[in-house]
Amino acid sequence: MGMTLTQKILAAHAGLEQVEAGQLISARLDIVLGNDITTPVAVNEFKKAGFTDVFNKDRIAIVLDHFVPNKDIKAAEQSKTCREFACSHCVSHFYDVGKMGIEHALLPEQGVVTAGDCIIGADSHTCTYGALGAFSTGVGSTDMAAGMATGTAWFKVPSAIRFNLSGKLPSNCSGKDVILTIIGMIGVDGALYKSMEFTGEGVKNLSMDDRLCICNMAIEAGAKNGIFPVDDVTLSYLKGRSEREPVIYEADADAEYEKTIDIDLSEIVPTVSCPHLPENTHPASELSDIKIDQVVIGSCTNGRMEDMEVAYNILRNNKVADGIRCIIIPGTMEILRECVEKGYVTAFIDAGAVVSTPTCGPCLGGYMGILAAGERCIATTNRNFVGRMGHVDSEVYLASPATAAASALTGYITYPKEV
Amino acid sequence: MNTQGKVFKYPDNVDTDVIIPARYLNTPDAQELALHCMEDIDTEFVKNVKPGDVMVAGWNFGCGSSREHAPLVIKTCKTGCVIAKSFARIFYRNAINIGLPILECEQAADEINADDEVSVDFDTGVITNITTGKTYKAQPFPPFIQNIIAKGGLLASLKEGE
Repeated sequence: MGMTLTQKILAAHAGLEQVEAGQLISARLDIVLGNDITTPVAVNEFKKAGFTDVFNKDRIAIVLDHFVPNKDIKAAEQSKTCREFACSHCVSHFYDVGKMGIEHALLPEQGVVTAGDCIIGADSHTCTYGALGAFSTGVGSTDMAAGMATGTAWFKVPSAIRFNLSGKLPSNCSGKDVILTIIGMIGVDGALYKSMEFTGEGVKNLSMDDRLCICNMAIEAGAKNGIFPVDDVTLSYLKGRSEREPVIYEADADAEYEKTIDIDLSEIVPTVSCPHLPENTHPASELSDIKIDQVVIGSCTNGRMEDMEVAYNILRNNKVADGIRCIIIPGTMEILRECVEKGYVTAFIDAGAVVSTPTCGPCLGGYMGILAAGERCIATTNRNFVGRMGHVDSEVYLASPATAAASALTGYITYPKEV
Repeated sequence: MNTQGKVFKYPDNVDTDVIIPARYLNTPDAQELALHCMEDIDTEFVKNVKPGDVMVAGWNFGCGSSREHAPLVIKTCKTGCVIAKSFARIFYRNAINIGLPILECEQAADEINADDEVSVDFDTGVITNITTGKTYKAQPFPPFIQNIIAKGGLLASLKEGE
């Protein structure tokens, strides 16, 4: 029986010719990731278990991104724990303030993760790297600790849902609209324990930033991982960036999928997830009477350069509506620098927006844009659960950078014009 | 291994942001975090939970973030077990890894009510609703997973195996 792309990568990392859905395997890990919230718990577990060495200092990535620059004394203590651990074990991919970015924007950009990898990260959005043709999944801190010590992890081999993409997105839509549409179709547990494998002739029409965004939110459908095949777009992205040689795997022609869902990209419309679940999707055009208080453009889902460019094209020479707080958060220092050099930051400030250093901050209700009771935010982030961005009586609407930026100009959820 | 206690009943899609809101995640201290367990959907939980009590919920319990703090605070509150129709996969894995017993059983999740007295036998997967007298059978964990939970988590069991 043929294997899916995910199964091919897992088999190779388990040293097996063949794996099948449901099989328990122990796989070799290429990268083990943690952040400033999950790493301290992992460090504690690592020490408690009596481990003294990491399996490979070059294959561990620790990124301080959730609460940095430190939002308070306790957050500072957590960062300090990470810093001391990274320093004492000579962790080569340690990213502190000045070098850090939002982990899932940063690791692909810096070439730390590459095609064919098997990756675990103590952050649920670790599934992002499937965009590069890697198997990548979120785990908890204990798995991170065991992974750092042993370089291996156990997995149950997942079955897969295939998304057969065709056509090309309209100019006012992006990867975010694709993944929100899919989550709306299959629900927040529609791919529970499974892989979401994206294939079809439409793949070539999606940029790397679109693919990263789509895989990023696979977890919001409950998936173990999301994954794209490697093509010319992938290889040109990885060229000069990937610090290790990419390995290209392909799904077998006779691979078995639980089901195949056809998605015509040309039929995607600007889509918004209403409170309080990502599956609660509606076309942006139907929500024009929803008044907002805040706009957030950023996060591991949409803090990349294309997202900044979309926001710039809508906000430049315009003004954020009175009473709207518009917060723009470039995902990495490199993206921030490019926004400065291209004049985007000036345009954002002239429009009445604020620009922050990279941080996960408001997405998870940490800091840098917390909502009061009764307030509404349209955000390019990934979750709209109760209390996610602040008060339990606040609301988050998830949307693309185009829809969020267009909404900033009107103060209401706004359908972005085609360009 | 088994547990017995009063039921706290929750709906579908209980996410990790309500189990332990991220605004408290500036500390890894489980005791401190546990003071806020479930507070965004049930402010009474922490006040009323007693050792051995059981959470019963719908589909996709623990969806969202990978924060291990979520099963950890439930365990730290001395909850004996979580029964749900299904669990989000990272929560499922984390619960095993930190030694929080969990069971999937759709019928039990449908029929057991808040405040019922329930006992759970982890070796057999048998759930008994003492209030109604009805029993349910969940798939028990295989012995190696039961061993992880009994030892208090993955790393403790790895250490033992060395």
